[in-house]
Amino acid sequence: MAVDHTDNQARRQAAMAVLAHADAADIAAALDALDLPVHENLREPENGLVMVRGRTGGDGAPFNLGEATVSRAAVRLATGELGFGYTLGRDRQKARMIALCDALIQSADHADTIETNVLAPLRAATAVQRNHRAAQTAATRVDFYTMVRGEG
Amino acid sequence: MYVAVKGGERAIENAHRLLAHERRGDQNVAEVSLAQISEQLSLGVDRVMTEGSLYDRELAALAIKQARGDMIEAIFLLRAFRATLPRFGATEPVDTGRMTVRRRISSTFKDIPGGQILGPTFDYTHRLLDPQLAGVSTPEAPATAEPSAATMPRVTDILGRDGLIESSPQADADLPVGDLTRDPLSFPAGRDLRLQNLARADEGFLLALGYSSQRGYGRNHPFAGEIRLGEVEVEFMAEDVGFAVPLGAITLTECQMVNQFKGSATEAPCFTRGYGLAFGQSERKTMSMALVDRALRARELGEEIMAPAQDEEFVMSHSDNVQATGFVEHLKLPHYVDFQSELGLLRKLRKEFSDNAAEISPPLQEAAE
Repeated sequence: MAVDHTDNQARRQAAMAVLAHADAADIAAALDALDLPVHENLREPENGLVMVRGRTGGDGAPFNLGEATVSRAAVRLATGELGFGYTLGRDRQKARMIALCDALIQSADHADTIETNVLAPLRAATAVQRNHRAAQTAATRVDFYTMVRGEG
Repeated sequence: MYVAVKGGERAIENAHRLLAHERRGDQNVAEVSLAQISEQLSLGVDRVMTEGSLYDRELAALAIKQARGDMIEAIFLLRAFRATLPRFGATEPVDTGRMTVRRRISSTFKDIPGGQILGPTFDYTHRLLDPQLAGVSTPEAPATAEPSAATMPRVTDILGRDGLIESSPQADADLPVGDLTRDPLSFPAGRDLRLQNLARADEGFLLALGYSSQRGYGRNHPFAGEIRLGEVEVEFMAEDVGFAVPLGAITLTECQMVNQFKGSATEAPCFTRGYGLAFGQSERKTMSMALVDRALRARELGEEIMAPAQDEEFVMSHSDNVQATGFVEHLKLPHYVDFQSELGLLRKLRKEFSDNAAEISPPLQEAAE
């Protein structure tokens, strides 16, 4: 049971990470193409702040670096599943869509659909962007070479 | 006598209308968009986010536009906005060791695991104005190369393995993390509060103080152990959800300064550290911050406090440009009554002076007679 709980949490966290990194328009497009079950806002989407913490020296005691804008929402499916959405920025609809996806992946009826039609394509799009950037970064890596005296 | 003064409402209203007009400038010139500011003046946006102490690119771009490019005014606007939103809590501390690195350099070791990665930098440019940018420019596509799978440990972690550098101070579980936006500052201040203060401090102020410490006003003989820029994941322990939820990534710059030694009869000498961290690509800021952070550790490290950069009360009380501009700029607000009283005092003093002078030396005419 405890293992199931941990697995479930890890799965939800992984889905939330994919969604938080995705463009709101892309999430909306993916969800629009689906036949969504009845749901309601458990908490109206709202804006707020979180205090971002760093660590002294990168790995030491925490300190308050500065705040960031955040949006959050909570959604309940008619079948009872509760979903939560949190994301950086002030896009409340994005938070609501994340909450909806979080609720849907907890429902046996919808989890696979969300994985295949929403999460997988978003994950792939993010990976393409990341790899592209990583390749650009890698090209600025310095290759040192030693010159022989008298050369060059 | 107390004299109430009213009036000026219409002048103020018209002045603000004129300001809006001047802000827009020549209306035959296209209006600048927030996306343009965010994308093309991105380091300005980073600075406003860092010193405005609020990570939100779009709001920072809006603040820059509204402030007509006056960075301190933009920072002020962002700070004021921040007060309008509720705070949900504090994030888990970000892990810069797991940063998706876009730039990473060290001046201490040539061959560091993961390599020296220059990224998008002004370094090694010739600082010649580029006439091509005066027109419409389409830059060449960036070069690409196969990314290395090697991890990029922090340089300080590498030095730390051999005990050559002091380790970072660990959290005291009994003490909450200090927050100067919630509690008034008192001295001496802990390193957490000092770092928070420096993170939102004016870049120019820190740059000057850091520079002064290099020139001998305070002991600082640093190497830039590592500077890294990139994206870190942010997680927030949401009570309602019951676990740490990922919020997405933010861009950070981190600077680790490696400074000269401390040691004692019981401890082998080792390098000491100064730390800088800021939102966005803020390299000069984090380097200056790390210099001043190290200088402010004078008391802790038993160093003689002789220079401004080592004086935490001096540094922390004057580092905030919103506070500073408030106090400097309030001088231009009406001080008519204050000034009247000073004027009255001055007239009295001058009269006393001339009366005294008359008693001591009689008028010249009398002496001549």
